[in-house]
Amino acid sequence: MTLHTQTIHELRARLRRGEVSAREVTQAVLDRIAAVDPKVKAYNWLDPDDALAQAEAIDRDGLAKNGKPLAGVPIAIKDLINVKGQPCTCASKILQGYIAPYDAFVIHQLRKAGAVLLGRTNMDEFAMGSSTENSSWGVTRNPWDLERIPGGSSGGSAAAVAADEAIAALGSDTGGSIRQPAALCGCVGLKPTYGRVSRYGLVAFASSLDQIGPLTKDVEDSAILLGALAGHDVKDSTSVAQAVPDYTQAFGKGVKGLRVGMPKEYFIAGTDPDVSDGVRDAIQKLQSLGAEVVDLSLPHTEYAVAVYYLIATAEASANLARFDGVRYGLRVDGDDPIEMYRRTRGAGFGPEVKRRIILGTYALSAGYYDAYYLRAQKVRTLIRRDFEKAFDKCDVIVTPTSPTAAFKAGERAADPLQMYLSDIFTISVNLAGICAVSIPCGFTRVTRLPIGLQILGKQFGEETVLRVARAYEQATDWRLKRPNL
Amino acid sequence: MPEKTSGIDIGYVAYLARLQLTEAEAAQFSTQVKDILKYIEKLNELYVINVEPTAHAVPMTNVLRKDEVQPSIESADVLRNAPQQARSLFIVPKIVEQG
Repeated sequence: MTLHTQTIHELRARLRRGEVSAREVTQAVLDRIAAVDPKVKAYNWLDPDDALAQAEAIDRDGLAKNGKPLAGVPIAIKDLINVKGQPCTCASKILQGYIAPYDAFVIHQLRKAGAVLLGRTNMDEFAMGSSTENSSWGVTRNPWDLERIPGGSSGGSAAAVAADEAIAALGSDTGGSIRQPAALCGCVGLKPTYGRVSRYGLVAFASSLDQIGPLTKDVEDSAILLGALAGHDVKDSTSVAQAVPDYTQAFGKGVKGLRVGMPKEYFIAGTDPDVSDGVRDAIQKLQSLGAEVVDLSLPHTEYAVAVYYLIATAEASANLARFDGVRYGLRVDGDDPIEMYRRTRGAGFGPEVKRRIILGTYALSAGYYDAYYLRAQKVRTLIRRDFEKAFDKCDVIVTPTSPTAAFKAGERAADPLQMYLSDIFTISVNLAGICAVSIPCGFTRVTRLPIGLQILGKQFGEETVLRVARAYEQATDWRLKRPNL
Repeated sequence: MPEKTSGIDIGYVAYLARLQLTEAEAAQFSTQVKDILKYIEKLNELYVINVEPTAHAVPMTNVLRKDEVQPSIESADVLRNAPQQARSLFIVPKIVEQG
């Protein structure tokens, strides 16, 4: 029996029955990392002794038998979520050597649930990118084809899960950074409703868009992990005080009678035909399972990327002002504080981060605020209203997650705008604050790369989204396909 | 929105952002940011005069909690990350000239 290929729910049953120990599971995953991570390069940092010590403590305290929901399950953490005593670099030179002095809320939740905190996964610097190429640690590879990128920005987390180098992982999603890499690596990635999961301890990129969420091997694990992460936190004023349901509860209900919306703006020329065929087949499958397919329109979709790259960069330019060389991270000395700030930030940030800070600073600067930032916020309202109207006609919306499967490393690196357009199908979800999951729905024909189906729900509609995802997943066998490493 | 975006002064914006750029970076970003701003001009197609702006997708106002004293992060844990520190303080370049 190979332990590293198991899901949370499979391991949980074995751990509860005492068939395996948390130590054995953790050792199996560490062995897998040692075997394949030199190729995949999903991890920025790993402390095997610390992981094993956590597992031994869980075994000693009998947490699995006490019914702790994640007892003994090794989970990888994207390198922008603070874990006390571990590095947190955001894949940036400006935070090299930084040791987190506290736990993020989600880490507190994972510890409470008995999880083993495995290590730090690679990402685009400060979560800015769609390929994990913008990392000061080097490029993570797609486990399905090592010539290709894993998607981003949570590329290390998605690659780790797809390569069985973690049982599950945490990512963060500002414009698609959980769902797009999940689609490109063939795993399940969920972006919760804004406010469902506390952002306390997540290094902020764009505060009105960021959410933490799970990357997992199947939909049941996504539901289990979301249940552990969600909840109200007084330390995040945007965290919502709403009860956390058992997200697996509705799994048995299937999709009979549910209305599945198909927005015409997401089925357009420019999408890889293999991707649109795969998604259309998936929609047909949902129909055959009893769902009703409804045609609809989200008319402001074409403006989403423009809105996003004003709002996200404006918020980022403010959030990243804290990296000034005073309290933590890199410092490059100067004769006065301003010179020190400029040199530190010039040396510490990579090109994509600098580009976005420039764009955001410009959009917020005197004389341009109304024309850019305010206008973008108004169009954001129109995008939000599109979804409100759409959800009067349907229960969930289905689309491709990404217009293409995984592309080759270096292919889009020279053209930022082209890279931004990779997020065309995921960005609106963050602008509207709704939830969405990406699940595997097939492979491209010639290159055999995973395709992602995106299922969108209304605010706090995670139960319905996961119910639809689960019904589709159980009617197909995509989740059983693994990359050959 | 301004009709022309060719007027972006990268040097000035970089100064506002406290970001030192090399000449090569400044030249490259200048072209790329202009392309991005040109793409963003498509927002001008929409009539938004009477539309309320959205700052947060889940509307919330004045979230308050009880003002209770709680333990904070240990100062030793915080100062461990400081580039330069002494006697529980961060050391920075001199700001005020001596009179």
